Amino acid sequence: MLGRSKKISQSLTRTRRSFFGRVTELLGVSEISDELWEELEELLIQADVGVKTTVELVEKLQEQVNKARIRDAEAVKEILKRELIDILNSKVQRSDESPLLTVILVVGVNGSGKTTSIAKLAKYYKDRGKKVILGAADTFRAAAIDQLKIWGERVGVDVIAHQPRADPGAVVYDTIQAGRSRGADVLIIDTAGRLHTKYNLMQELKKVRRVAAKNAPRAPHETLLVLDATTGQNALAQAQHFKEAVDITGIFLAKLDGTAKGGIVFAIAKELGIPIRWVGTGEGLDDLAEFEAEAFVEGLFE
Amino acid sequence: MFESLSDKLQGVFKKLANRGKLSEGDVDAALREVRLALLEADVNYKVTKDFVARVRERAIGAEVMRSLTPAQQVVKIVNEELITTLGAPAKIDLSGPPPHVVMLVGLQGSGKTTTAAKLALKLRQSGQRPLLVAADTRRPAAITQLEVLGQQLDIPVHSEGTKVPPPVICAHALKRADDAAYSVVILDTAGRLHIDDQLMAELEKIKRKVSPQEVLLVADAMTGQDAVRVADEFNRRVGLTGLILTKVDGDARGGAAISIRAVTGVPIKYLGVGEKLDALEPFYPDRLASRILGMGDVLTLIEKAEAALDQEQALVMGKKLIQGEFDLEDFLRQLREVKKMGPLSQLLEMIPGFSQLKTELTPELTDRQMKMVEAIISSMTVEERRNPRIINASRKRRIAKGSGTTVQDVNMLLAQFRQMQRMMKQLTSGRGRGLLSMFR
Ligand SMILES: Nc1nc2c(ncn2[C@@H]2O[C@H](COP(=O)(O)OP(=O)(O)OP(=O)(O)O)[C@@H](O)[C@H]2O)c(=O)[nH]1
Ligand SMILES: Nc1nc2c(ncn2[C@@H]2O[C@H](COP(=O)(O)OP(=O)(O)O)[C@@H](O)[C@H]2O)c(=O)[nH]1
Ligand SMILES: [Mg+2]
Ligand SMILES: [Mg+2]
Repeated sequence: MLGRSKKISQSLTRTRRSFFGRVTELLGVSEISDELWEELEELLIQADVGVKTTVELVEKLQEQVNKARIRDAEAVKEILKRELIDILNSKVQRSDESPLLTVILVVGVNGSGKTTSIAKLAKYYKDRGKKVILGAADTFRAAAIDQLKIWGERVGVDVIAHQPRADPGAVVYDTIQAGRSRGADVLIIDTAGRLHTKYNLMQELKKVRRVAAKNAPRAPHETLLVLDATTGQNALAQAQHFKEAVDITGIFLAKLDGTAKGGIVFAIAKELGIPIRWVGTGEGLDDLAEFEAEAFVEGLFE
Repeated sequence: MFESLSDKLQGVFKKLANRGKLSEGDVDAALREVRLALLEADVNYKVTKDFVARVRERAIGAEVMRSLTPAQQVVKIVNEELITTLGAPAKIDLSGPPPHVVMLVGLQGSGKTTTAAKLALKLRQSGQRPLLVAADTRRPAAITQLEVLGQQLDIPVHSEGTKVPPPVICAHALKRADDAAYSVVILDTAGRLHIDDQLMAELEKIKRKVSPQEVLLVADAMTGQDAVRVADEFNRRVGLTGLILTKVDGDARGGAAISIRAVTGVPIKYLGVGEKLDALEPFYPDRLASRILGMGDVLTLIEKAEAALDQEQALVMGKKLIQGEFDLEDFLRQLREVKKMGPLSQLLEMIPGFSQLKTELTPELTDRQMKMVEAIISSMTVEERRNPRIINASRKRRIAKGSGTTVQDVNMLLAQFRQMQRMMKQLTSGRGRGLLSMFR
């Protein structure tokens, strides 16, 4: 066992450089060979792209390379990039209408980064002149309300909160009322982390959404699913179930500052048509970026 | 009737022989599926490759069990190998003089704080006096979070606000534990990225200050390919002693456990299975293995086939019993079976009145008794084992001496054996018929 562990960890050290960086290297120097395709597959899978998506990508790439009789590895790289960007720029349109009162519901599994991401978004909108109010509808996790309140203070926005264990729907209702009376532009609702497999908790989330829908026109205007970039293939199931329950309008990909690549978003975009809207790149308030497919894919190749 | 029974048995074994061994083609075809299953379960690419190569080596040329296809046979080997890779579960090490320090480390949001509280509860239930330590001074309200959980459990929490450096807080907590006779100190550290050098150095400093007996990596069951690097780096910096996998109550397959085991070799200590504080479960390698493999139906099939094989063995034994070929060696084997509630004893249970007889025959055998029986039988000659009737007084004395037992012990064993033989006669006459016809 020991000998083996050592070997694996050594081989890991050798590949510690960015996987996609290796693709670049590979595509830059080598000819188009079986080895190249295999390494390409390895690199995509190690980025959590998933076997299915990887195989589809590589096959499509091979087809194109054969058809166009491409010999230059550099050209293969460009085609791959374009493929990847195309997947992310999927058909889903952003709605351009800006309602008077925008309600953003933030959901996700436990510990994915919801509350921190909400703080970042609050600052983002506040910096752009919007009046933001946060709703502390995670009434379940210990000190979740305190956590959001601290962020609210740091950003300088109001937080509407009830007692621990209070009905999250009631918090949403009050947040909307406060939004109206205080003339807010953007309301962001924090919800308790929940696994998508828990029936009761997903029902509760649907109810939270219904309360928002009932009390503000066409609300929620955004329902963001916060995914931890470290998550593997399960993220696809998460996206699927949350989409079914509360109609996800976009993904917030948190913790992209680690070494994980978040490659599962390709499958999410491709199979569920959910656009990626934001990325989180640290624990600070400014560690936020609007998602851009070109930059994301380009970043993978660095 | 006996003819047909043994005919049947022969047919069975002929089929088995016909099946033969796993060919390279069989193995590779099945391993392609296995590889996909593992990658889909988030087992790291390199770890998967290494694992599949190992299984391949073991599988080629292996016997194919009756009622399994070659592919299923490969899956069976894979499952066994996965179980081995996952390793045996381990408890928290509380050896030596208290206070014992248990340090929880991991990425942001992996479940450290919740797990700290769960562990404290578990340890208190086993008679320890735990002290929780709020060493996460970074995440907003992390201290309050731990304090709330501590209150819910009525377990004290040592906290010093967010201004004191975590290594100092931990050192103070250890001193407090010493003074107030807390037996276990559980450190809830801040989540951090494995590549954050400054924060990793902070963990090293905590470790130097309080010399934790356990450094447990708390990892999310949903973790993807990156698990190897995270685990490798935490292990390199602070030397892990164990793993706790959280959020196992979801539907993530949990392949990260295999990855982490492969790079660190540390045992899995517990699984987190919910947000509630009692949702911490022991880890069973076989359950986690079949979850990771995600081939539940195939595994069930294999189990059934294995049960069938056990029945075959039981039948062989039964046949021997009936034909009076049952000797002391079979007896020894049977005792071992009964001890682990083996197939024959279960078969006997089906016959009215026999379950009682069985307990009379083989009262709870302790390990010591089992050793004694083994010693006695192995001190017999082959002839004596085959035909115990020839064991007279002088032979008994020799056997007792050879096995380091008394003549009384030898007598007792022989009596048990004779009782078993009598029971076999009943099997063949009347009462056992129902049983045997089951196999027609
Ligand atoms: N490195 C890094 N850490 C992050 C990021 N976003 C959040 N975190 C950290 O991840 C941890 C969990 O974040 P939270 O915002 O509390 O996550 P949550 O989804 O609200 O968690 P629950 O409410 O407990 O389900 C905290 O330690 C955050 O500081 C990110 O983009 N990068
Ligand atoms: N479903 C589930 N949730 C968990 C489990 N362990 C922790 N959590 C949740 O995961 C989130 C993050 O946990 P926390 O202990 O704060 O993580 P930390 O940031 O590592 O200290 C919280 O919402 C917890 O309730 C588990 O085993 N199952
Ligand atoms: Mg939260
Ligand atoms: Mg914590």
